Amino acid sequence: MSPRAEGATATAGSAPGTGDVLLEVRDLVKHFNVGGGMFGGRAGTVRAVDGISFALRRGETLGLVGESGCGKTTTGRCILQLERQTSGQVIFEGRELGALTDAELRPMRRRMQVIFQDPYASLNPRMTVGQILAEPLAVHGVVQDRGARRARVRDLLTRVGLLPQHADRYPHQMSGGQRQRVGIARALAVEPSLIVCDEPVSALDVSIQAQIINLLEDLQAEMGLTYLFIAHDLAVVRHISDRVAVMYLGKIVEIADRQELYDNPLHPYTKALLAAVPIPDPALEAQRTRSVLVGEVPSPLNPPSGCVFHPRCPIAIDRCRGEIPPLREVTPGHWAACLLA
Amino acid sequence: MAKLLEVKELQTHFSTRGGVVRAVDGVSWDIEEGETVALVGESGCGKSVTALSIMRLVSQPAGRVVGGHIGFKGRDLLTLGEEEMRRVRGREIGMIFQEPMTSLNPVLTIGRQLTEGLEIHLGMSHGDAQRRATELLGMVGIPDPARRLAQYPHQFSGGMRQRMMIAMALACDPALVLADEPTTALDVTIQAQILELMKDLSRRLGVAMLIITHNLGVVARYADRVNVMYAGRIIERGTARELYGSPRHPYTLGLLRSVPRLDEPRRARLAPIEGQPPDLTRLPPGCAFAPRCAFRVDRCAHEVPPLEPVEGPGHVSACWESARLHQRDHEPAR
Repeated sequence: MSPRAEGATATAGSAPGTGDVLLEVRDLVKHFNVGGGMFGGRAGTVRAVDGISFALRRGETLGLVGESGCGKTTTGRCILQLERQTSGQVIFEGRELGALTDAELRPMRRRMQVIFQDPYASLNPRMTVGQILAEPLAVHGVVQDRGARRARVRDLLTRVGLLPQHADRYPHQMSGGQRQRVGIARALAVEPSLIVCDEPVSALDVSIQAQIINLLEDLQAEMGLTYLFIAHDLAVVRHISDRVAVMYLGKIVEIADRQELYDNPLHPYTKALLAAVPIPDPALEAQRTRSVLVGEVPSPLNPPSGCVFHPRCPIAIDRCRGEIPPLREVTPGHWAACLLA
Repeated sequence: MAKLLEVKELQTHFSTRGGVVRAVDGVSWDIEEGETVALVGESGCGKSVTALSIMRLVSQPAGRVVGGHIGFKGRDLLTLGEEEMRRVRGREIGMIFQEPMTSLNPVLTIGRQLTEGLEIHLGMSHGDAQRRATELLGMVGIPDPARRLAQYPHQFSGGMRQRMMIAMALACDPALVLADEPTTALDVTIQAQILELMKDLSRRLGVAMLIITHNLGVVARYADRVNVMYAGRIIERGTARELYGSPRHPYTLGLLRSVPRLDEPRRARLAPIEGQPPDLTRLPPGCAFAPRCAFRVDRCAHEVPPLEPVEGPGHVSACWESARLHQRDHEPAR
């Protein structure tokens, strides 16, 4: 029985209309147990991801934004099954990944790839670019013949805007932008349908970021890729995403179409995030009154009661301390987890 | 206003296996008393090495200041004795670094790290230093400062540690603070808090500030004047309004155009600066930006353009074609 059959009902945070759903995340929870220090003592639980749901249609880009520690990277790792979830479901191409054994997962891994933030740390410094790109082709048995693999590597390199002769270089002989192109080529090598992009441009220089974003968009158009784009830069996320989900302390607090989310944010946290982004225009900045969000993100070891945002929320009322606001569809396709939205 | 710091023709070179890297290649700029000036550019442009050169902290023997002057309160910092220089660092010029965790000592309490400078530089007694440290923590918005003094850096969050760094930089009442990427490691809501705090303190205490950053957005709100660096040189300088309103160097224009902006409608496609940042050991003979430049003419390949006034007294650009950029101002930029 395919889990997709029952997935036809609207998941919280799903988009309006019925596209071809590639990935569905349902009530995903990931807790980490931490020891109480040197002597074992009292242990705690970090609620890194605390019950989130969303769906991704084929060919779509969903942006996942939030500050450090909000759980966006852990969400990506659970989808890729680099971390096994505590509870909940990750349904990818119709199969529930949490129910699969490691051996069963292996062929699925070919279909979902990842691009990391730091292209230097994620490329083996002792392998040439050619070897880095040929490895997944051999491991997954995509291209068996050595000569054909070399041809495929050259093809991949040109596809990401590098030259065939770059195959003989080592990562340290390339610039940051070129290394990220290698990281993208490696992800593309095994012909995935989903790519989790985890802060793919934040380590790059400003002048290079736009090159990489354009490349990701071109590749998506050519190859029909689906992206989960994890980032903290709200302007970049608006540019590249079709829909955007905002996370805070392990929860999705708002999810909507790109234009709707930025034009009409409903959750006070989304509003605060947008207000905090500096604008490169002194005349505009001078007119802007900056309402700085007070306080800091509380510890996910001991999240606040009720709405996790209430201690920093400028409009919180008494009810927010006791009641956990559900993620509800305020207008069609626009979901927010705020009692006052 | 009087000039507080005046950097003239500063040159800092590094010897590497690949050859001599001219990290800072003859830059001149200044800061007036109480002013906030920004040094903007991408990695490797020489902005951090400039700050290290001012503090005489360039790592030797690989790196060396090989030319120029750094005038500060009537002295040339480059010719001061080591003993005198130590009195300048921390006392007359404070520093804030990007990564507060790596620049704080993990085995000393917050209190000790604050009082050390006060006792050494200002000769305060332990009790006086303790009282001043409490006051400083309160000033940078750390709640319950007296109790916090006994804690260690790992007990502070990232934002709190950066507040602590600001307190340390301001402890001895310096005339100038050098802040190298002060908010880059912080989340956007915390970044806003820290920048507002720095602006408020610099106004209230009359401290001049040098902000070094790659983030053009940060600079727009907080800097009076902006220097843009590329490949070891300043390629454009102006007030924030001049620079953002009518950039007159193709690199500045390219930087402004390549970033997506929330205050504007979404563009179908971003306009990146093509090519790669230059290899500093193999700079082209002419303008270092020429290989990536859309406005390039023949001359750019062999003649280095000087930094010259474009309009207004303080707006300068190092581009042979800066006049052409001016005409483009009103074209649809995006």
